[in-house]
Amino acid sequence: MVEWLTVISIWLVPVTVMMILIVAIIRKVPAYEVFVEGGKEGLKMSVSLLPFLLGMLVAIAILRSSGALDAFIGLLQPVLSKVGIPADIAPLAILRPISGTAALSVTTEIIKTYGPDSFLGRLASTMQGSTDTTLYILTVYFGAVGIKKMGNALKVGLIADFIGIIVSVIIVSWIFL
Amino acid sequence: MAIIGIVYAMFNGTMEQVNEALFEGASEAVTLVISLSSVLVFWLGMMRVAERAGILKGFSKLFRPIVKRLFPEIPDGHPAMGYILANFSANLFGLGNAATPMGIKAMEEMKKISKSDHASNSMITFLVINTSSLTLVPTTVIGIRMEYSSAAPTEIVASTILATFITTVSAITIDRLMQKSRQK
Repeated sequence: MVEWLTVISIWLVPVTVMMILIVAIIRKVPAYEVFVEGGKEGLKMSVSLLPFLLGMLVAIAILRSSGALDAFIGLLQPVLSKVGIPADIAPLAILRPISGTAALSVTTEIIKTYGPDSFLGRLASTMQGSTDTTLYILTVYFGAVGIKKMGNALKVGLIADFIGIIVSVIIVSWIFL
Repeated sequence: MAIIGIVYAMFNGTMEQVNEALFEGASEAVTLVISLSSVLVFWLGMMRVAERAGILKGFSKLFRPIVKRLFPEIPDGHPAMGYILANFSANLFGLGNAATPMGIKAMEEMKKISKSDHASNSMITFLVINTSSLTLVPTTVIGIRMEYSSAAPTEIVASTILATFITTVSAITIDRLMQKSRQK
């Protein structure tokens, strides 16, 4: 099952590109001209994305380097452990929605320290895989199309992340213990 | 966020690190945008060809019944639907760098529908599904597990899929509930 899925994900991109080009030839679309036209739009988009992304990353960098984020994690640790989240996992749980690279390094650290096949290693792996960096996604997607009023998106995203963390703990305890 | 960090640094004596991090964060953003622009240019170019060739429209017609329920605001056969589907399928197969351009394109099309700079219901639904992650194979995590010589690097796939599924479903549910309370 897993190998099969890996093969699909390797083949998917080249085959998709081929299919698009074949259909374009059949329908007599000037593929190269249209490609360049769309590509220009992509370049414009990434330029307009820069200020949004830069603002967010700088803010996160400040928060992390000042030690405020660690203090916040320390504050939340006892609360989280009350709902059954192990203290070593708490930093990951808090960092996951905020910073993708920070979360990944915490996951790597946990796997390195406790071993990939330990309970904590499996839990960190599941958590890392089953949620995404909410803040980054919202910044990129809303930023690219110039939307400043996010509505409930952030709230719902963070609640979903929290549910994801709890669910990961339950599922991993249930499958592997 | 930045103010909290700087004020905290004043009391904590970490101003030097903050000063450094400020510019590190900024240059990280530039690096990120440059690497993002390569996939954006490639995929948006490719998707434009697909759109012109009518592939996107056919694709969105095929899956319309399922996605229609999630995004009732999007009219039939609208290109937004095609991009949303392309984003979801790229996510499912762990092709994060292909998913982002499609997702941005989907947002753009949805903005054309709503014609305002406020987030529309379909945008929020779309992003909430994205933030709750839609992975079938968490390739990065499997890679790390292999590196630290796991006996079974892929054993977490089942738990990840299950956790993702529950998170996504609850995200959609919360989103729906909030939409209802907003309308009242």
